[in-house]
Order: sequence, then structure tokens, then C-alpha cells
Amino acid sequence: MMGLEEYKYKDLIHRCFRCGYCKFPTDWSDVTNCPAYARFRMESYSNGGRLWLIYAWLTGEIQWSENLSKILYSCTSCKNCVEKCPLSFNDDIVNMVVAAKSQMVETGKVPPLVRKFLQNVQVQGNPYGIDANKRADWMNGLELQPYQGQDYLYYVGCEGAYDTRAQGAARATARVLQDAGVSFGVLGVDECCDGNEVDMLGEEALLEDLATKNIDQFSKRGVKNIVTLSPHAYNVFKNKYPAFGGHFNVLHYTQVFADLIKTGKLKGPEQQGVRITFHDPCFLGRWNGEYNAPRKVIGAVKGANFTEMERNKKGALCCGGGAGNFFTDFLGGSGESPARIRAREAGDVKADILAVACPNCLTMLDDAVKAEGLDNRIKVMDISELLCPA
Amino acid sequence: MESIYQALVEIVGEDYASNRHEELFTYSKDLGTSPPQWPEYVAAPKTVEEVQKIVYLANKEKVAIVPLGGGLTLAGLALPLKGGIIIDMKRLDKIIEVNEAARYMVVEAGASHGKVTAYLHKHHPTLMHSEPGAPAAATIGGNMAIHGQGDLAHPYGFNTDMINGLEVILPTGEIARFGSCAVGSGWYTMHPLPDLGLFLGWNGSTGIITKISFRLYPYKKIRDNDAFTVSDENLVPEILHELTHLGLTEDLIATSSEIPPVMNRLHHISIMIAGDYEEEMEFKRHMIFDLTLGKYIRSGVGGIGGIAAERLRPQISKSADWKKGGGFEYVGSIVPVAAYPECYRRGSEISARHDIPYTVLGRVIGCCHAMMFSWSYAFNRADAETVRHAREALHETDVMVMELNGTIWKPAVFGQKLMMDRMDQTTLQLMKKVKDLLDPNGIMNPGNWEVQ
Ligand SMILES: Cc1cc2nc3c(=O)[nH]c(=O)nc-3n(C[C@H](O)[C@H](O)[C@H](O)COP(=O)(O)OP(=O)(O)OC[C@H]3O[C@@H](n4cnc5c(N)ncnc54)[C@H](O)[C@@H]3O)c2cc1C
Ligand code: SF4
Ligand code: SF4
Repeated sequence: MMGLEEYKYKDLIHRCFRCGYCKFPTDWSDVTNCPAYARFRMESYSNGGRLWLIYAWLTGEIQWSENLSKILYSCTSCKNCVEKCPLSFNDDIVNMVVAAKSQMVETGKVPPLVRKFLQNVQVQGNPYGIDANKRADWMNGLELQPYQGQDYLYYVGCEGAYDTRAQGAARATARVLQDAGVSFGVLGVDECCDGNEVDMLGEEALLEDLATKNIDQFSKRGVKNIVTLSPHAYNVFKNKYPAFGGHFNVLHYTQVFADLIKTGKLKGPEQQGVRITFHDPCFLGRWNGEYNAPRKVIGAVKGANFTEMERNKKGALCCGGGAGNFFTDFLGGSGESPARIRAREAGDVKADILAVACPNCLTMLDDAVKAEGLDNRIKVMDISELLCPA
Repeated sequence: MESIYQALVEIVGEDYASNRHEELFTYSKDLGTSPPQWPEYVAAPKTVEEVQKIVYLANKEKVAIVPLGGGLTLAGLALPLKGGIIIDMKRLDKIIEVNEAARYMVVEAGASHGKVTAYLHKHHPTLMHSEPGAPAAATIGGNMAIHGQGDLAHPYGFNTDMINGLEVILPTGEIARFGSCAVGSGWYTMHPLPDLGLFLGWNGSTGIITKISFRLYPYKKIRDNDAFTVSDENLVPEILHELTHLGLTEDLIATSSEIPPVMNRLHHISIMIAGDYEEEMEFKRHMIFDLTLGKYIRSGVGGIGGIAAERLRPQISKSADWKKGGGFEYVGSIVPVAAYPECYRRGSEISARHDIPYTVLGRVIGCCHAMMFSWSYAFNRADAETVRHAREALHETDVMVMELNGTIWKPAVFGQKLMMDRMDQTTLQLMKKVKDLLDPNGIMNPGNWEVQ
């Protein structure tokens, strides 16, 4: 077994006091802003509890167990805890969890669903285990060009390519870009998993493999600018690929849209009297500090009323889908699943539309709104779908 | 014992009951120096009825139950000294009522101080409660169970002096109410009914508090944290006495600590003032600094240590990381304000003996009626030797509090014993009778305030 000595944060991890500030959102409204803690409400699922368990495991005070691995893998890497932990090492508290997941990966001791996720990515290039040849199905009928030196590579990602609900967002984004006259191309079946979730699941070697392959392909094709559908891909391309030699100008599609709106190339549709709220995706917001672009794009919808949910921006509650949880679903199955809490919060502000900017959030919240019986009142829409010409 | 687990699952649902090693491990540990004490089960009920069912179950099975709020006392008071079931109260967190006109608030006991502060800030911005300096996850119930004090301790006393009503599940499972709520008249006063003060300060060993009504006070728009600094500790009591005579301040805290060096051997009196108008603030500053403290400035023994610093609510404590080791524990005591100099001197000697930079703090309670004086000892969680030193320093401090004729606040079991050893026999026996009467099966947080 791996021990404390091999652990990257061996000099830091014992410094967590378990004081619990990391459970709160920015406005201190409740102890329920860590999605895993909100779901289970046992101290073991708060980040303080998790860090103490990791330390005990690494020092041999407790042994590996399936429950321990579930506790680790229920962390969605949403970074709420980083936002609220007041101590000097707060920047690393999610990395500490990810590094512990890596130790589990290295000893082969991960929950079966995590193993399945990683194996699917390894074999088919996507977590669903669907044939890689079907990766371009999402764009049937759209007449998109393969990437060959256009201004942007539009990187769709696994959810947008395969998940039937997220495909809607992938298509809408492509159509808005087409309509606004943006020069872009796609990789179609040659696209492969970006590796953000693989990274968050602690599979360092597979991340390296994916990053190297993707960088190689992007470079060979002369890609300079990438626009992503998913904030997860945006994050890994922007923040992790440089370490593997991949230096690209990476944008999330909402940033491109905001710019198109500013220059008058994109106009918002009419939605008279419709009440829209927005759910911040963690990998756009807390991970990359982008809170304005999506709001600017929503602001272009004419006649609509925009309203914030109580927890927003830095204090937003994660949908519970990050770090592979949209697939492994460790936080699912309850009225206290974070996505369902979020659906109710959208209901509380009487939103007609719950707008999202992430294919993960889209699928999580779409299901949650149905599970809450709110689907006759609230429509979950990706911002791209809001902007997409009918 | 699988049957107890199954019964808990039936009461709170599968997600909120555990007998798994990882949860038991987590709840076996406190944040301070106490050695682990393992529970056999953990349950996190959502409703008063669920708590009640757990209490009935515990009586039937003769298994101990320990209510836990934020688990932040540091003194091991919610560790299951005799095993049994930890009842994590934090899902019992509803805000039931805020009465603006009568200035009180009713909450379920597991509501956190952070939540209460945020709720008032948002919905009743002219009101505040007395918030302890504990991390925001500390619960209202846990704080009342140990006679906590907050940032309104100077004007209004202990947090438990502010209680307007209580609902408690007795150790035998019945639900009792105290105060005007007991006669169905709302939650606005604890008096004038016969005194049944059986639950506060008992660390949950006489019942589980489920609902609390507590007083709210005016929250003024402008809030300044000023500081006055002296090097002679003997001046601190008299300065505090003068400030409380003036009666224009909120929180009054005197601190001294070895680190940072600028604080070393100096005594900072933090003076919280609040007002709705700039003129009011000017008047208060003038009265405090020019007229009351001016003589110390003119004679060169004191100086203004800072004006108009921001004091966040909830407060954020980083004290645990002083030693870059993730741990500290403190002895709290309730002492006369006049004891400040002696408490400081003897405390810094104990710290020096254990090679721990000294940190002391005294918060005025009431109109200088008492002071909560604390000695903090930092340790490195990864270094057992530093933990041992801190524990020894804590024990020496407990003994010192007794020698100084003080009273240990939220004592760990070690300190509880010191106090009970000195306690008047009639009182001690009455405590035992109360406990035996309320808790015939001895299941409520056993080991705490246990009279032999
Ligand atoms: C940095 C720091 C600063 C602090 N500053 C202050 C301060 O300024 N003022 C202050 O008062 N305290 C302070 N504390 C001490 C402590 O954290 C607080 O008093 C806190 O409010 C205790 O509440 P809790 O919910 O954490 O209680 P817990 O530790 O969970 O419980 C305390 C005791 O009450 C029992 N209990 C818990 N809930 C109930 C219930 N519902 N019914 C009956 N019994 C129950 C428990 O079994 C235990 O014996 C501080 C602590 C720290 C770490
Ligand atoms: S991660 Fe930070 S905020 Fe959370 S319990 Fe640990 S020290 Fe406290
Ligand atoms: S990253 Fe999110 S899920 Fe993970 S511990 Fe922090 S707050 Fe909880």
C-alpha cells in the first residue's frame, strides 16, 4: 500500500482543523454548500472529514474500504471548500482529495463505477463506453466542416457528443456559431476525451496519455484557438495542457458568444416576460473565475427577466455531476441530491427557465427538475439553446 | 447489534445512519487533544420525532446517546466516552420564527450560528444575536448546552442568559417545554415560571435540546472595531471597569499573545462600537478615547492600537494553524475581571514550560460581572509530542484556574472532576439526584458531569 511518504501533500494534510467553514457558501446561508455533505450530512462527507480520513488511511490508522473510496469519489471537485476555507493551504484542499484518489488508482482500489468510467475512456475515448465511431452522430444534418485551419476548433467533448440531452446543446452552439459567421471546424470521430474528469478521478497516467494525444492532433492540424462546449474541457485545456506542452488560446463558448454580442454579430431572441435564472458551472466559475460572460449572453435575451438564485457565482451549489459523478452518480438517488436541491432553488425564484452553460449541469438538472415534478414549470436550457435561432 | 443499526435505519433512513468504520472513525475524534472515543453508531435525524424515537430506542437497548452539534468545543464534550450512538443534530436546523417586535428568534437546536447570522442579515437587518467567535458551523444548541458567550456578552451576558424558551427531549424520551411556550403563550419569555434550569451547562447529559428561543438585539449600521493597547497588564481591569461604566460599547476583549512579535507582552483591548449615525459614532469615540481613555494616553501608559477595523460576522478563526500543525485547544474559565493580570502571568509561564507561544484572551461578560478568560495551546496534529505537551499544559491550566478561585468553563472530563472535587457536597448530591431522576438508565452523554 502507498503511504504518507509518497503522498504529495504529506506536509499539509494534517493541518486541516475540521472547523467546517468549507461547508458554507459565500453568504453563509447554510452548512450545505459542499454537495457531498449536503447529500449525506455525515461529517465524513464534508471536506474536513474527508481530509482526516485520507490522513488516517495514509498513516495506516484505518484501512482502505469501499465506503472510504465512495467518500473520496463523492467529492465533485466543485471547489466550494477552496472558496471558504480560511487557512493558508486552502488552494490545495481539493488537490489533496484528487491526490488521494490517485493513490487509490495506483493500488487499483477504486469503486467499480470509477473503474468502468476509466476503462471506457481508455478503450473508446469516452466514459459511456459507446463506440468511438459514433462520436460524430451529434452533428448529423448540421453540415459542419472538419477542422482545417479555421479560426477556431470547436471541441464538443464526450457529453455533447454522446448524451442525447447534451447533444442539443452541442448542436445549438454549432448553429449559433454558424449563424454568427464564425469560422470554425470540428474533429468529428477523431475527437477524443479531454481528460478533465480523468484528472479529477486521479488517473494521472491516462490524463497524460489523453493530453499528449490531443495536443499532438491539435498541433498537427495547426489549431491555435479552441472554443469548448464544456467548462470541463475548457478547464483542462487551459490549465493542465500547458504542462504537457499544449499552449492554445482556449475559450468557453459563452465567452465567444459574449464577444459576438458586443460586436453586434449575435443578437438575442425575444422571450417576453420569461423569467430566467442561471446555474454557474463550477469549472467555469470557481475554477476559472468566469461569472460575467454567461450573464452577458443571457442579458441579450430581449424582454426576459433575469433573476439570481440565492446561491450564485462563487457561492453556487454544484449540480453534483463533477469529477465523473454525472456517470458514477454517488450523490444521486435522493431528494437531497444536489441537483434536486438546485432544481427546487430555481423553483423558489419562480424561474421559467433554468439556464446552464455546461453539458454536465444540463443533464443533471434536466433529470432533477423531472424528479422534483417541476418540469411542467421549469425548462432547463443550455445558454446555447436559449440563443439558438428557431 | 445489527438490530440497533436496523432500528436506526428505520428511524432516520439508510443515508443518515451508519455503523461503518469511516463514519465511526470520524466521530471518534474531537478537534482538540482528547484521545479518540469510538461510537458504535451515528445517526443524523431530521425531525424532533426522529430524535425522540432514537432516545426511546437507546432506553430500550440501554445504549448511550451523545448529541453532537458542530463538535467544536475542542474539549471532547461530544465524544462518546461510553460508546453508543452519536446523534448528529445538524439536520435539525429549521428557523421557526423571528419576532421583530419582541426581538426574539426560535430555531431548531442544530441550526448553525453562521446560518442564524446570515438569515438575520438578510431578512431582519436591524437585528443580531450574540454570536460566539467559534467557527460558523457551531450550533445554537451546542453553544447553549455549554453556556457559551458571544459578541454581545458585555452588554447582555452569557448566551444562556438570553434564552426565552426551550424544548427538550428528556433522557426518557418525553418532550418538555420551558418558559412561556410551556403554557402555549408563544416563545417570548423564560420568566416568571418556576425555575427548572436543568439543561444548560450540562453538556447534553440531562436531555437533548431541540428548540430554542433566544433574544435578539439591535444591529446598528455602522460598526467599528477599535483597539487600545497597554503594556502593563495591571491596568487592564481598571480600563475595562471604566469602559463598562461608560456603557457605550458592545464586545470588549483583552488579548495578549507571543506571536506576532508586535503583540508580545502587550495587551490589546478590542473595543466594539456601533451606531446608526456618524454623529453617534463620533460621540462614542470621543467619550471613549478622549474622555475615558485619554488620561492613559496623556500619561504615556496606553495608546490607540487601531481605529475602525472591520469585524466580520461570522468571525473567521485561523487560530488552529498558528503552529502550522492544524490543532489547538484552550482552557476557558469564568473569572472576575480583576484576575486578568494573574491569569495572564501564570498562563504565559505554563506556555513557556511547554514551549508553546502563549495566547490569552479575556472577554468581558456583563457589566464587568465576570470575564471569560482563555489560554490557548497550539499543537501539531502530526507530532504526538506536541499534542502531549498541549494536553499537559491544559491540565496544568485547569488546576491553576482552581487555585485562582476561578470556574472552568466547558471543562473537559479532567476539569469537571477538579470542579466536582471542590464542589459543595449538597450541590453535588443534588446534581446526582437530578441526573438519576431524569436519566434512570444513565444513557445521556455518560461520563460528563458524572457524580461518583
Ligand atoms: C476557534 C474557536 C473559537 C471559539 N470561540 C468561542 C466563543 O467565542 N464563545 C463560545 O461560547 N464558544 C467558543 N468556542 C467553543 C465552541 O466552539 C462553541 O461554544 C460552540 O458554540 C459549541 O457548539 P457546538 O455546536 O460545536 O457544540 P458541540 O461541541 O457539538 O457540543 C457541545 C456540548 O453540548 C452537547 N450538545 C450538542 N448539541 C446539543 C443539544 N442539541 N442538546 C443538548 N446537548 C447538546 C454535546 O454533547 C457537547 O457536550 C470556540 C471554539 C473554537 C474552535
Ligand atoms: S478544509 Fe479548511 S475550512 Fe474545511 S475543515 Fe479543513 S481547515 Fe476547516
Ligand atoms: S470540492 Fe466540492 S464536493 Fe469536494 S469537498 Fe470541496 S465542496 Fe465538497
